[in-house]
Amino acid sequence: MSAVQETVTDAPAVEAVPKRAMTLGTGTSLVVLALLIAAPLFVKNFIIFQMTMLLVYGLAVLALNILTGGSGQFSLGQSAFYAVGAYTSAILMEHFGMNYALTLPIAGLICFVFGFLFGQPALRLSGVYLALATFALATAMPQLLKLGYFEHWTGGVQGLVVTKPDAPFGLPISQDMWLYYFTLVITIAIYIFSVNLLKSRSGRAFMAIRDNEIAASAMGIDVALYKTLAFGVSAGITGVAGGLGAIAVQFVAPDGYTITLAISLFLGMVVGGVGWLPGSIVGSAFIIFVPNIAEGISKGLSGAVFGVILFLVIFLVPHGARQVAMVAQHMLGKLKKR
Amino acid sequence: MFSGPVFPAAAFAAAIIALASTTGAAFAQKKYDTGATDTEIKIGNIMPYSGPASAYGVIGKTEAAYFNKINAEGGINGRKITFISYDDGYSPPKAVEQARKLVESDEVLLIFNPLGTPSNTAIQKYMNARKVPQLFVATGATKWNDPKDFPWTMGWQPSYQSEARIYAKYLMKEAPNARISVLYQNDDFGKDYLKGLKDGLGAKASMIIAEESYETSEPTIDNHIVKLRASGADVFISITTPKFAAQAIKKLAEIEWRPLHIVSNVSASVGSVIKPAGFENSQGILSAAYAKDGADPQWDNDPGMKKFFAFLEKYDPEANKLDGSVVYGYGAAQTMVKVLQLCGDNLTRENVMKQAASLKNFAPDTLLPGVTINTSPTDFAPIEQLQMMRFKGEKWDLFGDIISGELSN
Amino acid sequence: MELFTNQILAGIATGAIYACMALAVVMIYQAIDHLNFAQGEMAMFSTFISWQLMQWGVPYWGAFLLTLVFSFAGGIAIERLLFKPLAKAPILTNVAGFIALFAIINSVAGLIWDFTIKQYPTPFGSSPFLGSQLISTHQAGMIGVTVLLLIALYFFFQFTRIGLAMRAAASVPESARLVGINTSWMIALGWGMAAAIGSIAGMLIAPVVFLEPNMMGGVLLYGFAAAVLGGLTSPFGAVIGGFLVGVFENLAGTYIPGVGNELKLPIALALIVTVLVVKPAGLFGRPIVKRV
Repeated sequence: MSAVQETVTDAPAVEAVPKRAMTLGTGTSLVVLALLIAAPLFVKNFIIFQMTMLLVYGLAVLALNILTGGSGQFSLGQSAFYAVGAYTSAILMEHFGMNYALTLPIAGLICFVFGFLFGQPALRLSGVYLALATFALATAMPQLLKLGYFEHWTGGVQGLVVTKPDAPFGLPISQDMWLYYFTLVITIAIYIFSVNLLKSRSGRAFMAIRDNEIAASAMGIDVALYKTLAFGVSAGITGVAGGLGAIAVQFVAPDGYTITLAISLFLGMVVGGVGWLPGSIVGSAFIIFVPNIAEGISKGLSGAVFGVILFLVIFLVPHGARQVAMVAQHMLGKLKKR
Repeated sequence: MFSGPVFPAAAFAAAIIALASTTGAAFAQKKYDTGATDTEIKIGNIMPYSGPASAYGVIGKTEAAYFNKINAEGGINGRKITFISYDDGYSPPKAVEQARKLVESDEVLLIFNPLGTPSNTAIQKYMNARKVPQLFVATGATKWNDPKDFPWTMGWQPSYQSEARIYAKYLMKEAPNARISVLYQNDDFGKDYLKGLKDGLGAKASMIIAEESYETSEPTIDNHIVKLRASGADVFISITTPKFAAQAIKKLAEIEWRPLHIVSNVSASVGSVIKPAGFENSQGILSAAYAKDGADPQWDNDPGMKKFFAFLEKYDPEANKLDGSVVYGYGAAQTMVKVLQLCGDNLTRENVMKQAASLKNFAPDTLLPGVTINTSPTDFAPIEQLQMMRFKGEKWDLFGDIISGELSN
Repeated sequence: MELFTNQILAGIATGAIYACMALAVVMIYQAIDHLNFAQGEMAMFSTFISWQLMQWGVPYWGAFLLTLVFSFAGGIAIERLLFKPLAKAPILTNVAGFIALFAIINSVAGLIWDFTIKQYPTPFGSSPFLGSQLISTHQAGMIGVTVLLLIALYFFFQFTRIGLAMRAAASVPESARLVGINTSWMIALGWGMAAAIGSIAGMLIAPVVFLEPNMMGGVLLYGFAAAVLGGLTSPFGAVIGGFLVGVFENLAGTYIPGVGNELKLPIALALIVTVLVVKPAGLFGRPIVKRV
């Protein structure tokens, strides 16, 4: 039986994002930040809730960007880590009475370990095989959450109701607004951390592995360590996102963490631009708002409308929002020259 | 004494007082909460139009068509219904988002018939904290009958546990030495049912000698049936949703296993389950019902069903009248309209709940003769009665009395 | 002991479903080097078309053949219209395209034919096979057709010029182009064949699981798993993989105490992942040699 030969000098599965274009320019970043801080003061509580979910899913997409865009490992299983983070927060809050803020680092840590451990067997898999393995993880998670053994903690199929925290020190702002700003601070912190991670030595190691694993290994990079580390970090961030999500939605149940979530996060990554961290929020906006728009257009065909919109997006900008940003930057540059 | 302007003013005042005291009710009590005005009542709804439970989306469509009919006939006390229904894909976080959107952005008066236990559990606390009615929820979970802790949440259909208890009672009476095998869906529906069955059997719960659970992601449940048969049981209870109930009926026929076969009410629809599974395979199956089946010719001349068919022809011609979900949507919507009519001009959320909690012997067109809706401030389970039925020929034969599956809460 | 053999037989019966689907999965992989998420939905849509034809009075075999032709043409059309423009785009973008296709097909099928289950006929009848009450004649027929398909595919790939051209286009596209093979049309052909095989799978599976728009969801995952287990480059492996997954899942459900029944799918998937870790190309796949 002849072996199938794969020449690794071919284009890698995940393409590189040029270093310069990895983040937004300082000016744009400040504008976006200002918008994110000021917006809640002018809109209703429901919109603030949606913005909180925007940040939460943005974090999850960011984590996937680090894993796939950064280290080139394909994952369709992020929903599993999100679920573990969500349930960790819920269980700690409801069964142990822990303060919600404390549950987040614990959720993050537990998911980091979980991701790191999952990364081990995943080492030997790549491409479509890794996709299947992560897909298997995502499918298994709701089943595990429903298991009779854990029912006492997880609430089984009924799930757990989570109490939403009030603003501390008796501040006169609504629960929604407080939770939003709390989430915003965490998001910014994780974003800065991630950008620095990708610019650091570890980040360069990730990207070397993504671009050409064998060459990277030949250059002395500990491929096994960095690959599992990428999984761990990505899982940890997703876990924090899951915890925040559980607090915002005030409810956890196995039905909320199915493979559909994993696929949505994946789509969010592609639409935002694989490997482009600022695009995570664009991707998140896509997966939250476009289904609503599709439903508004046609209730019976909402799935079809969503699919059509998705197709349009990937036809026009196959590289996602990053492409749009590059074009915009290019045009701005031209304007400046005049 | 009374100068010019004063006298007419006094007369005017007297007239007002006289008017107010006679028409006191209407004029003084026109009260509205957000979502109701002189001309409009906004009703919110959440249904799984996409995702794993999309088969139930047709309930929302039927209800929308019913409210169209009511509007065409003049509305409720002169007000038109604006029915706003959103998709949650059977995902609890999405259900929370849609509920908040309906309450805070669309500003509906109440949310009617939201579907799915997970979705309803997710929004229950919010709805009760906000004091917005979560009315006639579309799930049979037993926990919706809890006016003490959740005064703004009410169910509609008979609870799964009460239905299961009816089967347990039947078995203990008719087949006291039976060896029971159970196939149940591994979710809130299946587990709630199983609990009801076991509670109903009480000390004789050991009659259940084999239990198999299945996931909705399994393509077929055939191998579970094989296992249950191997247990030597002579009763088979199918706590399944339509697709899997049909698979079970077919497989039983294929392997020529003929136990006493009981199927849950959610899968008793002739059009959606029995016909595809094969009439010849379904002879003798038992179930229970609270509503009439659109496929049953015995109701062809029933005045209630005639109204139902006429409604479908005019307002929802594409609907499949053999689908139990369509009958369900009609009945639930009719109940909602009744409650709003009873509210008169007092369309506050509090009054809506009050009227919903004081229905007495209300019979929508589509319920079985003898089954009526009754609620009270301590009884938030509108329909509690079922009648057992046996499948014969091409339709269900109702038998026995109308049984109340009432559970003391 | 009897329970054991029963479970094995029942597993083979279910496994036939997975094997069918796995063949279609392998077919598309041969053509485009990745897995198409929309494969199951395309098969489901084709099955609905055949059902509709039968509702309009076309006899079974007529509907079957018409559907095959339609699916083949449809597969090519989808590739030319939707995925050829994405040929230069990154793979992940293509995967997003598959997901979009999935959503569109599922939604349209739901609108046209609604979500109530429909009975679907089988040419093989549903009586016990050889007196065994565990395998019906239909399931035996399913296994038979799958094996026939497998043999046909084997001959196609090994002994026909087009088959050889397709294999070349998939594994060494540069060299294939150099010898004059139109690799672009080979991809289209691959899509067409995969769609046709998928439609056969759908028409065989529907009598067992009942026809409705969501019928292929679970089956597709098992099809992927079976194909990967058997080796994505080997149709033979795909079929064996299907049976193995069916049997193993049943045995796990029966014999692993406590959680076996609830965790059937995760356990089966865990097994496959373990096999992959030991044999990364699957049981019968060709090992991949990486040259730097």
